[in-house]
Order: sequence, then structure tokens, then C-alpha cells
Amino acid sequence: MKYVDEFRDGQLAQELAQKIKREVQPGRQYHLMEFCGGHTHAIFRYGIPDLLPPEVKMIHGPGCPVCVLPIVRIDSAIELAMDHGVILCTYGDMMRVPGSRKMSLLKAKAEGADVRMVYSTLDALALARQNPEREVVFFAIGFETTTPPTAMAIQQAERLGIKNFSVFCNHVLTPSAISTILESPEVRELGTLPLDGFVGPAHVSTVIGSQPYEYFAEEYQSPVVIAGFEPLDVLQAILMLVRQINEGRAEVENEFTRAVSRDGNLKAKRIVADTFEMRREFEWRGLGMVPYSGLKIKARFAAFDAEKRFTLKRRSARENKACECPAILRGVKTPRDCKLFGTVCTPENPIGSCMVSSEGACAAHYSYGRYRDHLAADTPSNLIQKSEA
Amino acid sequence: MTVNLRGNSQLNFDTGCVEMIHGSGGKAMAQLIEGLFLKAFDNPYLRQQNDQAAFSLPPGRVVMATDSHVISPLFFPGGDIGSLSVHGTINDVAMAGARPTHLSAGFILEEGFPLRELKRIVESMAAAAKEAGVPIVTGDTKVVERGKGDGVFINTTGIGVVPEGVELGGDRVRVGDHIILSGPIGDHGVAIMSLRENLTFETAIESDSQPLHDLVADMVKVVPGLHCLRDPTRGGLATTLNEIAQQAGVGMQIQEANLPVRPQVAAACEFLGLDPLYVANEGKLVAFCPADCSEALLAAMRAHPRGGEACRIGEVVADPHRFVQMQTRFGGNRIVDWLNGEQLPRIC
Repeated sequence: MKYVDEFRDGQLAQELAQKIKREVQPGRQYHLMEFCGGHTHAIFRYGIPDLLPPEVKMIHGPGCPVCVLPIVRIDSAIELAMDHGVILCTYGDMMRVPGSRKMSLLKAKAEGADVRMVYSTLDALALARQNPEREVVFFAIGFETTTPPTAMAIQQAERLGIKNFSVFCNHVLTPSAISTILESPEVRELGTLPLDGFVGPAHVSTVIGSQPYEYFAEEYQSPVVIAGFEPLDVLQAILMLVRQINEGRAEVENEFTRAVSRDGNLKAKRIVADTFEMRREFEWRGLGMVPYSGLKIKARFAAFDAEKRFTLKRRSARENKACECPAILRGVKTPRDCKLFGTVCTPENPIGSCMVSSEGACAAHYSYGRYRDHLAADTPSNLIQKSEA
Repeated sequence: MTVNLRGNSQLNFDTGCVEMIHGSGGKAMAQLIEGLFLKAFDNPYLRQQNDQAAFSLPPGRVVMATDSHVISPLFFPGGDIGSLSVHGTINDVAMAGARPTHLSAGFILEEGFPLRELKRIVESMAAAAKEAGVPIVTGDTKVVERGKGDGVFINTTGIGVVPEGVELGGDRVRVGDHIILSGPIGDHGVAIMSLRENLTFETAIESDSQPLHDLVADMVKVVPGLHCLRDPTRGGLATTLNEIAQQAGVGMQIQEANLPVRPQVAAACEFLGLDPLYVANEGKLVAFCPADCSEALLAAMRAHPRGGEACRIGEVVADPHRFVQMQTRFGGNRIVDWLNGEQLPRIC
């Protein structure tokens, strides 16, 4: 596959891994956070931890939009589908995420709600045109990557005079989440979470550009390397971060030059700015209330705002107390540190946010990497033996 | 075309559709059976027009398998629900190492379903059964009201006989066995997905739906000591390997570099956010055999047109945790886990 296989080449991976091994300084630790769920997924899917020297530790950040969506918002989406009789459209990932009482959109669908999986906002708009007698709501989630298509759908709906289409907006902003992590006491004061560098978002950065990260590099003296989602991108970014750390630099470097510029996608940014404005605060599952971290639809487009169009119940929901997701999302703990991981909380029965999507740190570790826990825990007598054959 | 049987009623295959009376046991049903099913499936058992087929079987252990087919869309590149319902059951029987001998077919038709399409399906089924050399010897038709079905559901049951000295099963898989795959994975699932609502994309990929019993016959002839055969249908290869690891109490180690995936399937999975390991197949099998037989088995498979792309993808290892692990092409290792729910695309 052109433009894909080149970035998954095993030979190049070995060469890069050797370079990283050669450049890490003995006795020095390199704690690198990949912010994006896409990177977390790639790291586990391609077995990247096996290629890294023990000095380099990857910390899995909160960059999975499905994982960070609070339960109350999922409950509201389910309410729209079940109680307001709308056609609720959303991306596939969102369908099985449980809200309160283990209810999910998939279960709502089984109970008779009209829930449709779509691949793009335009599919949702098309559904509205095909079903003029029905209300169609697009359950919009995601970081800066998925925001421009939502904005486009709203503007197109206005242009075409589509009256039965609205958006339940849950778009969130990456830089605010990075700030929250960097401002956390574990990083700032206690020093319990060493964060030596960031693997910067891939698709998000194609929209916002590399410029927004310059503040983090400067203010927090934290190197950032923006990287693509292919495994070679990730390895290359790790090498670049190791070099920056060794040389005492804290800069924004761009590994993903084939898609990311300093200013990003001006057209996309403009349509987003035209359509949305900041919420004063927005709840992130695991991080709590984060100031100026979410978007809402501007008053001018209120007719397309599902939160204005439908009266939704005010809700509160409680997370399981034993769930360590808040600490895992901030990189303070790992999935293995959670008592629920792999026992009560599994991808089939997710309790915490990091298990709900395949991009969450717990789900990725469970689905691709949990044999390592057993490798570590096994006694020599029952160690996994590879067959000679 | 119009068939006129037993008096004044007519079956119009150009403009007619399934009606409730076609399942009522009366004259209309007899017309449908005679004018369509009997004609297409024609064989001595059906011609007797009894409610059952009576036959003797060659000596050996008898195998029986059943499969209900509810696929949407009914017609897809490389096949349709008719041919699929024949291949699916033949393959389930064949995975015991058996030679399938007889099939049954049960139809649940939805009121209003065009007779033209039903005819196309039945003729495709007949062609598939004929090609496979396995007659459809008994059948049943029911009609449900409009809105209570999805056009056509087909259940097929198959019977077969296992040759002397062959005994296959997931529990017979042993540490050290080689894992052999008969060809590229994911074709069927991608062909179907390319037609699903909201997901229309152009691809030249066709379903791999095909009968595997001839290939299996060659395999068990060359390596009668084969341990296990399984066709990785729903849930894909990943699910099949996990099922067998669980059944046999073993682990598996496969190599991604050895996994055959057609470039078009890989590309479709890439942009849909799917993993070909979990995508359905309808004409592939995975075999577990003692290491010292694997070369002979591979040679026999590659000599058969339905196994030309057979390859060894890994081996069975000891693992109390029964993990299926994969050495990635990239050089790392990871688990290939059970499929969790339906495979849903990722958003970014």
C-alpha cells in the first residue's frame, strides 16, 4: 500500500531502534507522553515497546476523544435517541461506550431507538434530507480533527435550509488538556510525574499547526515532537525527543512534515471559528472540569444546536471510586496499577474511560500488550516457552 | 418467463412477488416448489416428492452441520445468499475432514420479495450445489408477513462422512503444531462492507465464498494425521485462532509478515479503521498439523486450485494463559485478542 507500507518497514524500524539505543545516556530516564490515542494504539498494535530500551518509558496521555467524554454527555445522547425520538447519528466508536447503568447507544438501538453509525457529517446531513419528517441529530465528538467537518455540516445545513438537522456538540480542544496535565501538581510541584517530552498530535496538528505547542515548549521547558500515526513516525519522534533531551533543548520539532505546517489548515480553522465559540469550562472524563477546553455552537447557529432545540435533563453521574483512569489519563499511574484492570474492567465490560475505546491506554494495553504483565509475573517454571518448531 | 402448473394460477418471475399463499401449503406453494425449487435443484430424492429424503451413507463416521444465512445485501461481488448458503454448510462439514454427501435447504421468505430475485438466488444455489457435487435432497419454505423478515433467510444443513483414520478437532491441537492458512484473508468481509448502507466504496475485491471439501479431501489424503481444520468466518482469523487456543489449552505465535492480505483488502481496512485479522472469510481454512507434516500438507494444498496461496503463518506454543501472539512486521510482539463486540471503525 503506497504511502502506508513505507512507514511500517520492519528493517527501518530496527535501524531506528538501534539509533535510539545508542543515543540514550546510561542511567538517564526518558519519560515521554504521547498525547494522542492514535499514537497509543500504534505503539501497542505494532509492539513498539519491544523495540525501545528500558530507559525510554512511554506515558499514555488523554488524547482519545471517546475516552474523555463524560458519562453525562453519553447519557444525554442516549436520552435524545430514546426519549426525543430522533435519528441519532454518530461515529462508530461512540456506539458501545457505556453511560450510566451500563446503557449504551448500541443497547438503546436494540431497545428500539433509531441510532445510525455514520462515516462523515455529510452522511448525517444526507439522512436529514432523506427523512424530512424526522429530527436528525449528529452526536459530534472529537478534537480539532473532527471539528471542521461538524462546522461544515452546520453551515451547509443553513445554506440548504435544512430544518430537521442539529448537532449535539462535544468537541474539545487539545492544548487545554495538555495545559491541564502540565499544570497538575504531580508535574509542577510534587515532581512525582516526570515528563521529559511530548509526542505531539498527528491529525489534530494538521488542523491547528505546530504553532500552539510553542507555548508549552517555552513555558514548561518541555520538548515537543509532532509525529504521524504510523509506527515509524512514532519511533522517529522518540529519537528526536531523546536527542532534544540529551542536548538540553526544549523546542517544537515537526516529524510529520508531510501533513503539518506551522500555521495548520487556515480554511478549517476559519470555518471552526465562524461556527463555534469556547465554553467557559467542559468536563473531561478523568480530568474533571477543564477551563476553556470545549466548544459550543455560536448563537447565530442556535437552530442547529441540539442542546437548544431539545430540553435535556440536567444530569450527574458518578465514576467507580476504585477506577484509576483519572491518574492513568494524566500519566501518574499505569493500567497495571488499577485494581479493576483486566478483572472487573475489560473491553467487554469497561468501567473506566481508558477502557471504553480501543485507543484508550487500558484498552490498548489489554488488547495488545497484557501478555507482558504475565511475562513479568510468571515464575521461571511456567514461563511462556516458545516452541522449538 | 411464466410457469403454468396445475390449473389456472401463474408464477410470474418477471413482475411477481412472494405472497402469503406461497407458504400456506396450498396450490400456490406447490407451484412455487415445482416451478422453482424442484426445477433448479432437480435430483432423484426431490423427484420422489416426499416430506423427507431417504438414503444410505457410505461407511465411516457421519458428520452433520447446520448454518443459517441472513446476509445483507443478498447479492454481493463474488456470490449471493444462495451460493453462500451452500458453501457455508459444505465447509462446516468439510472441516471435520468429511466429504459432504447431502444438503437440506429451508427458506424463510418475506411477503413482497420479488420472485425474479428469488429465482436468481435459487438458481445460484443450485449451481453451487451442482459444482460442489452435493445434492440438495430435502427442503422447506415458509413465508412471513412483510416487515417481519429481510427478504430471504436460508438455512442449510449438511451431512458428510469422514474417511477412515481421520479424526480432527480443536482439542487435538498440540504444542509444536504448524498453523497453515489456505489463502489471503478478509476478502468476503470487505466485499460485503463495500456495499453496506452509507459505506459505498468501489473495490474490485470479490467474496472468497467457495466450497473447500475437495481441497480438504486432498489434504487428509496426504496427511491423515492432521489435527484440526477450521474455516475462519465471522470474527475472522483472530477469533478462530483464539477459539482453538482456548479449546486446546495452548498459545499460538503467528508472524504478521507471513499473513497474506490482498493489497485492496488491506487498503479498505486501513481507511475503514478495521483489522483484516477480524474480517470474515467464506472460502478459507486454517489447518493445524504436526510440524513434520507441514511441508507435505503445504505442497498438497498449493497443488489444489483452492489452496494455491497456502502458507504457514505460525506455530502452536505452550502458554498457560492461552494467548495468541503475533510478531508484527514492524518487529514487536502483540496479542491478537478475541474480537470485542462488533468491529467498529475508529474515528481518528
